[in-house]
Amino acid sequence: MSRIGSYFIFLGTLFHNREKARVYFSLILNECVSIGVGSIFIVALVNTFIGAVTCVQTAYNLTNPFVPKNIIALIVRDSTILELAPTLTCIVLAGKVGSNIAGELGTMRITEQIDALEVMGINSGSYLVLPKVIASVLMFPLLVIMAAFLSILGGYIAGTLAGVISPEEYVSGLRLDYKPFGIVFALIKTVSFAFLVSTISAYQGFMVKGGALEVGSASTSAVTNSCIAIVVADFVLTQVLLT
Amino acid sequence: MIEIKDIAKTFGDREVLSGISGTFQPGETSLIIGGSGTGKSVLLKCMIGLIKPERGEVLYDGRNFLTVNLEEQKSIRREMGVLFQGSALFDSKTVLENVRFPLDMLTEQSEDEKDKQAREVLKRVELEKAADLMPSEISGGMKKRVGIARAIVLNPKYLFCDEPNSGLDPLTSITIDKLIKEITNEYQITTVVITHDMNSMMEIGEQIMFLYEGHKLWEGNSDTLVKSDVKELNEFIFASKLIRDMKQK
Ligand SMILES: Nc1ncnc2c1ncn2[C@@H]1O[C@H](COP(=O)(O)OP(=O)(O)OP(=O)(O)O)[C@@H](O)[C@H]1O
Ligand SMILES: [Mg+2]
Repeated sequence: MSRIGSYFIFLGTLFHNREKARVYFSLILNECVSIGVGSIFIVALVNTFIGAVTCVQTAYNLTNPFVPKNIIALIVRDSTILELAPTLTCIVLAGKVGSNIAGELGTMRITEQIDALEVMGINSGSYLVLPKVIASVLMFPLLVIMAAFLSILGGYIAGTLAGVISPEEYVSGLRLDYKPFGIVFALIKTVSFAFLVSTISAYQGFMVKGGALEVGSASTSAVTNSCIAIVVADFVLTQVLLT
Repeated sequence: MIEIKDIAKTFGDREVLSGISGTFQPGETSLIIGGSGTGKSVLLKCMIGLIKPERGEVLYDGRNFLTVNLEEQKSIRREMGVLFQGSALFDSKTVLENVRFPLDMLTEQSEDEKDKQAREVLKRVELEKAADLMPSEISGGMKKRVGIARAIVLNPKYLFCDEPNSGLDPLTSITIDKLIKEITNEYQITTVVITHDMNSMMEIGEQIMFLYEGHKLWEGNSDTLVKSDVKELNEFIFASKLIRDMKQK
């Protein structure tokens, strides 16, 4: 409980006594490259396969001949956009980006680099953490959009190759009963998850005391805590926004 | 001039510092000595504002560092340079970028000026050739020198060094001591150095403070150091003195 309190205090320190705006510009750009570009491959891979599996599995379970085939595509589309793309992508990113943030900041803490910033009068929290948070909030949604597209494409490829659905049926299923709010909902979720993953991981790294061993366990708790936060926030947001 | 008055700090129920006072003069290298775990680093961190002591005052030329407002605190920070025990170089930046960093963050100079100034300081520590290397590519002694370069690039009025020559060979550590002493005299810096090194104590100790279990037990200079009759101090310097005696034989 006191950890949650100190997490919120930590969040507060990020936003007061900041440096000049131009200092942040190149920092944010660098973080965007490392968080965004660096994660494209793994996110693309995971989501293409998830889409493929969802399609084939749904087809396998829908044996009733009275249910039209294009329902398969509709299920792939909705589960991808509403849940799989945002949540799974962010869980993958919690593993990749979160452990990276915690490891980097933890190492800076134990090697006194953060102290060195502090004695120069620089707010180390906002200087080191804010660019990562902003870059995450910018890049996670882009990755999720790509993820959703690839997941639906993966479903198409797998479905047609396996012969469970024809290309025309798949496309008509994608258009069936489409609600644009799904995309908005997915992006709201993603932005929240991005904020949670980056701040929780930064907090874990920032609070490291000790040595290399503690940096390792901070990375681990960054990932586990981020994942817990994601699923809890997922549930809350779904309750609030979809009912 | 830096004055500390009655600095006390407890961690949990353990009193690490119990009321330390002292004065550090400009143009002088003041040493803080004492055994491992006696609170030297904690005292230094209290002075530079990384740890908040429970009681006491830290005065930088009369300005109370612990109670002034944020702006004033920032401007005092701009006047101090710190060399950390592990050098604390930013490992994502090159040597030159490390030295330039305080200029980038805290001044409004042009790129050329900053570059020129950083290179000059690097030259001062004889590392102009290493400018484009990463911290992971240079030796421990070189890191310390880069750390010193970064600490002095803004022409500080106050310089703090936590064990500048721990883990270095005797020759390199003498070079670093000399460098610290030179710049202290040259720019009339108020310099505070933590050290275990007997050589440094004799060479650069213009004023020496001995800490023992959080208390200041003795104060003097390199001449009076070996003549003191404080039992704990004699025990502390005995080990290194033994080596000196052996050398004399
Ligand atoms: N952040 C902290 N939390 C709890 N205890 C601490 C903290 N920092 C230091 N201590 C304790 O305070 C005591 C003094 O530590 P300090 O680092 O000042 O020793 P030192 O005199 O610098 O020793 P050394 O010469 O080995 O560097 C140690 O016993 C240490 O355990
Ligand atoms: Mg120490």
